This record gives sequence, structure tokens and C-alpha cells, in this order.
Amino acid sequence: MLRRRDLALATAGTAIAAPALAQSGPVEIQFWHGLAQPLGGLLEAIAGQFNESQNRARIVSSFRGGYPETMVAAIAAFRANAAPHIVQMFEVGTGTMMAAGRAIKPLHELLRETGVSINFDDYLPAVRGYYSLADGRMMSMPFNSSTAIMFYNKDAFRRAGLNPEQAPRNWAEMRQAAQRLRAAGVEIPFTTAWPTWTQIEQQSAIHNVEIASLENGFGGLNTELRLNNPLMQRHFTTLLEMGREGGFRWGGRDAAGDALFANGQAGMVHASSGARARFVRELPGGVANLGAAMLPFYDDVSGAPINSIIGGASFWAMNRGPAGGRSEAENRAIAEFFAFIARPEVAAKWHTDTGFLPVTRTAFEAVRATGFYTQNPGADIPIQQLLRGSGTMTGASRGIRLGGFVEIRTIMQEEMERALQGQQGAEQALANSVQRGNVVLRNFERTNRG
Amino acid sequence: MRKVHFKGVALPWLLLLPQLVITGVFFFWPAGQAVWQSFLREDAFGLSSQFVGFENFADVLADPSWLDAAGRTLVFSVAVAFLALASALFLAVQADKQIRGANAYKTLLIWPYAVAPALAAVLWLFMFHPNIGIFGRMLNAMGIAWDYKLDGTQAMILVILASAWKQVSYNFIFFLAGLQSIPKSVLEAAAIDGARPLRRFWTVTFPLLSPTAFFLLVVNLVYAFFDTFGVIHSLTQGGPGKSTETLIYRVYTDGVMNLNLGSSAAQSVILMILVIGLTIIQFRYVERKVHY
Repeated sequence: MLRRRDLALATAGTAIAAPALAQSGPVEIQFWHGLAQPLGGLLEAIAGQFNESQNRARIVSSFRGGYPETMVAAIAAFRANAAPHIVQMFEVGTGTMMAAGRAIKPLHELLRETGVSINFDDYLPAVRGYYSLADGRMMSMPFNSSTAIMFYNKDAFRRAGLNPEQAPRNWAEMRQAAQRLRAAGVEIPFTTAWPTWTQIEQQSAIHNVEIASLENGFGGLNTELRLNNPLMQRHFTTLLEMGREGGFRWGGRDAAGDALFANGQAGMVHASSGARARFVRELPGGVANLGAAMLPFYDDVSGAPINSIIGGASFWAMNRGPAGGRSEAENRAIAEFFAFIARPEVAAKWHTDTGFLPVTRTAFEAVRATGFYTQNPGADIPIQQLLRGSGTMTGASRGIRLGGFVEIRTIMQEEMERALQGQQGAEQALANSVQRGNVVLRNFERTNRG
Repeated sequence: MRKVHFKGVALPWLLLLPQLVITGVFFFWPAGQAVWQSFLREDAFGLSSQFVGFENFADVLADPSWLDAAGRTLVFSVAVAFLALASALFLAVQADKQIRGANAYKTLLIWPYAVAPALAAVLWLFMFHPNIGIFGRMLNAMGIAWDYKLDGTQAMILVILASAWKQVSYNFIFFLAGLQSIPKSVLEAAAIDGARPLRRFWTVTFPLLSPTAFFLLVVNLVYAFFDTFGVIHSLTQGGPGKSTETLIYRVYTDGVMNLNLGSSAAQSVILMILVIGLTIIQFRYVERKVHY
């Protein structure tokens, strides 16, 4: 009996000793991300620079498929006690991660325990707000943030007799421009990528309308969808009418709409500002043909437009699994990596290489000082759009924090598709989205209460 | 068959062991977990779980969108099975004739079976995508508004065609073997009696093929129920709307994408019961029909 216990202690001893031994070499940090090429390569290069900059830790990056696949893989790995140290999670997964209890290591806790400091006052408010608790404590590390903007094909505008230097500012002008493009033989006058993000979430934010109660879910898990409002009814009606007159074409779910613009078929697209890198490379005519503008709005809505919200992803520190946490050395390495990506020169380079936002003010100023925005007109549109309005965010424009948001987005896309097929009207589509989405919210509330 | 008798019980058990272990580890264990999971309600990370009895089942069966998916699956499966069987039978009858190059022809027909479902879907995507597909563009140029990404009926037609195409080879092999085992004398006797080829086919060949046809019907239905995930996932992801979401695709979306494990497990248990039912019917029927 005694001998058996000794044996158990000895095995436990080696298990504890293993990470300690590893400290003689660099600590390995598993980092899972969801960015395909070319963005994934650029991201892994940053991890490579961090590895070269010191010898205590080594980041091992691996691509796990798109954002949803990465999220699912990380959760499955956690259940199997093999979660990555850091996972890149898209903004839709934020609500799920915040409620994940001991599965995650909140950023503020990580920084306090390791004594590493990052100046979050320097971060753009829209970015900081999306990933922090109501009291301002940071939960995850912002990295690749984007916002939705409009891109347009200048050549198509010229062919339709439209001013290539002036994109439509509001929806009345949008509709007119689409009709002119259509008449000039442009196959797809207007399409959109990330349909729910650009047409529901962003449009609601810039018009200062909540999509869910309790400040879009920031106030608690008992939030309810508020999609069936006059603004959304009006906007869905606009889209359906534009669809019928051939001005708007459904580009498919998620990022599928990007391709229609990249190959020159579409005249205008609402897409992530992070798509800029791809458009510059692929659009016929290149950067000279690429127009960028802020999202259109309804100019008779008082107070509109205010700031848009961000999308993209942040980095979450995860615990190993239900059975265990991380060693001090591991946590320190994670925190140091986060401090590295917060450096202005890293953030600035990522911004100019990709079109994602410069997440800090210092990075933005540094890029502006180099004259980048005068050489690349339109590259600062996303930042201007995030600062549009009074400059202070409202409950409707801070962000969205809903549990099961991935599923809710799918529901909204399904209902939009059914409306565009002519199976239901605008109001019905919104009512169905609310009803089905609230079921998801209630289930999430129920399973995450404890 | 000659029966072999072993002395004692150790050796037979030992010989059975590998198969039993494989069945246990890869079938009974996961299936058991699914059954257990279907009675629980858990958060995505598995940190809290609650026993809820049959609540997940009740929720699934009361969900109108699940019932829609069940109806859709039925339409989809029947269409796939019918198309795959009919075209395979037609091709097999042609290949059974004395034609030049019959072997090359047969080999070519068997090839698609080696194509993975996801790849089959990509081939169809390259043909019928409204913007990049050859036929998709052609249809649009002819004035037919072809856009399966938005038109639910077109999407359904496309996944049915792609799924059926994939299964034709399998059916072809079985039908061809079935045709070759029909005694020539029976057909010759019918010919001497003055029956024309078409009549010979419907009154002699087809009834003699019926055990094969029935076996294939069950296999094709099971295929359409369970193995078409790859085709649907690559072509439509269940959309537009929910117009191509079958039961198996729904298990995936609810479990893997929406992380609603309890509901997903309950749905897969329901599917398991369905397939057990299908298998029982098949064994009963095939056993009765086997002496023709």
C-alpha cells in the first residue's frame, strides 16, 4: 500500500518536473490561428520575429482552418485537456469565450500575475471596448481588427457615367448608382460580403440602433434580440427592392461576396477593410481602380451616422483543459508575446501590409507620419469611419456581445436568403430571426448560468 | 458450409477478440457516449452539465425546422436513390450487351466511385457555379436565371444530381453482376416464344434482378441519408435558407458549429434508430426474397 502511494507520488513528481525541466530550453507556446494565406503567413512572420527577439519562449503557430473551425477545434481540444495556449478568436466568438469561465485566462489577470504591462489607453476605443468587461478590464488581446467599409470599382463607375472619386454617401444615392451601373451593363452592381455583419450589425450601429437589448448584450446574458425595428425593416425593404430591380445581388454567406468584387464582376461591395490586401492584388486595374468609402446611411435618420463597430479577431489565453491550468513560465511567455504584438512598429506594419486597423493611436500616428495615407488614398477610411459621429460610443455602437452568436448569424443569413428568394417579406424575415435567435440566447443563458 | 468445432472457449474468443475490440472502441463506445450526451445539457466547454432526461428529444421533435428537415431528407433520399438506380440500371443493361470496347466502357463507369464526396461536389461546383461554372454561365447566358446560391429549388436539384452521380458506379457494378448471373437459357426461351427485347427485359430480366435492386435500394437510401454530408457541405452548406439541410447535415451544424451537443446527440440517436429500422427491414426482406 505504502509502496503504491510512493509510486503515485513519483509519477506525479515527474509530471510536475516536466515543465520545469523544459524551462532550461525555451517554453513552447501553441498558437492556433484562423487566417488563410496571405494573411496567415504575415501573422506567422510576426510570431517568428518574436521568437528571434528572445530565447525564453518559442511560439509554435498553426493554421486551423477558418475562424469557425479554429473556434471549434480549440473548444474540442480544451475538452480533451490539450487546448492551445493562445487561440485567435473572431469577434462573433467573443460572447462565448467571455462566458467560458475557467477555460480561459482573462487578459487582465494574466498581465497582473506576470507583471507584464500593456498600455491599453493607447488603443482605439472601439477596439478596447469590444474586448473588455463593463468595468474596462481587458479579457482578450486585440490584434487584427477591421471594420466594414465600401469598396467600389472606379472603372465601372466611369463606364456608368458616375464620378469615380465620389462614392454614394447614402442609400438613395446607392440605389441610383446601382441602377446606373446596371444600365451600363455591370453584371452585379452591388453585393456584400459578411451579409449580417455589414447589413445588419454595422447598419444598426451607424444609425445608433441596438440589435439586442441591454446594450447589445454587454449588460448581461438575459439580452433579447431587437432586430424587428423600423430601421431594419426599412433597410431590408431597400435590399429586397434593389434585389428585384437587379441592383443588388446576394454574394453568398460569410466572405463569399469578396470574390465577386475581386474578379471585377461587381461594381460595389460592402466588405471587411481587411479585404483591401486581396483587392489591391486581384482587382483588374489594381490599386488605381480601387475606390474605398464609408458605409452609406439613411440621411433622414437624425444623429446618423455615428461610428461603425469592429470585426476581426483577438487572441485569447486558454487554460489547458478542465483538469489544469498553466505554469508560471507559460503564462509569462504568453504575456510577453502579447506585449510584443502591442508594439507600435508591429501594429503599424500589420496595418499597412494588410488593411486591418492600426489598433493603437501611436501606430496610427506613426503610419500617418510616413505619408502612407497620401500614397494610398482610402487606406484611412476605416479609421475615419470608426471615429465618425461625436467620437463617443453608444450602447448600440460599442459592439455586440451575444452568446451563441455564430448560430444567430447563421439564422439571420438564412432568413435573409429566404426573403431574397421571395419566400417572405422584410418584416417576416426579421420576426423569424428574432424568434429563432432568442431561442439560442435563452439556451446559452441556461447552460452558462452556473 | 462445413462447420468447424473448437475445443474449449479460449481460442474462439481469442480469434474474435480483434473484431470485438474494434466494434467496441469504434462503435459501441462513441454510440454509448452519444446516447449519454443526448440526456445532458452542457455548455460548449463541458464545464457544467445538467441531466435533463428526454428534454433534448422533446425539443428536437417539437422543432418545426427539424420536421421540415426530416421531410426534406425524405424527398432528397428518394430522388437520389431513384436517379442513381435508374441510370445505373440503364447503363448496366447497355454494358451487358455485346459491344466493342465493353471492358473500357465498364471501367470508365466504375471510376466515379473512387472520387471522394467532397471532390465530387467541387467538380459539380466548377460546372454549375453561377459565376465561374461553365454550365452555370451558359445557363445564365441563355436567359435562365441560374443561381443555386440563392434559389433553393436549384440548390436542391444540384445536390441531388451530384449525390446521385457519385452513387451510380456502385449500383452499376451490382446491376452488371446481377445481369450476368441471369441464365441465358431463360432469355433464349423467351425469345423463342416471340418476346421482343423490351418485353423480355420487363418480364424476365427485371424480376430476376429484383433482389439486387432491393438490396441496392436500401444501400442507396442509407447512402443518401448519411454519406451525402460531404457533397452538401462543399456545395451549399445546407443553404440557401435551409433548403438543402438534411438531417445528417443538421446534426453537424448543431453539434460542431453551434456547439449544442445535447441536441445534436439527441438527433443522432434518432437517426441511429432510423437506420437500425432500415437494416431490420432489409434483412427480413432480403432473406425472404433470396430463393427465387
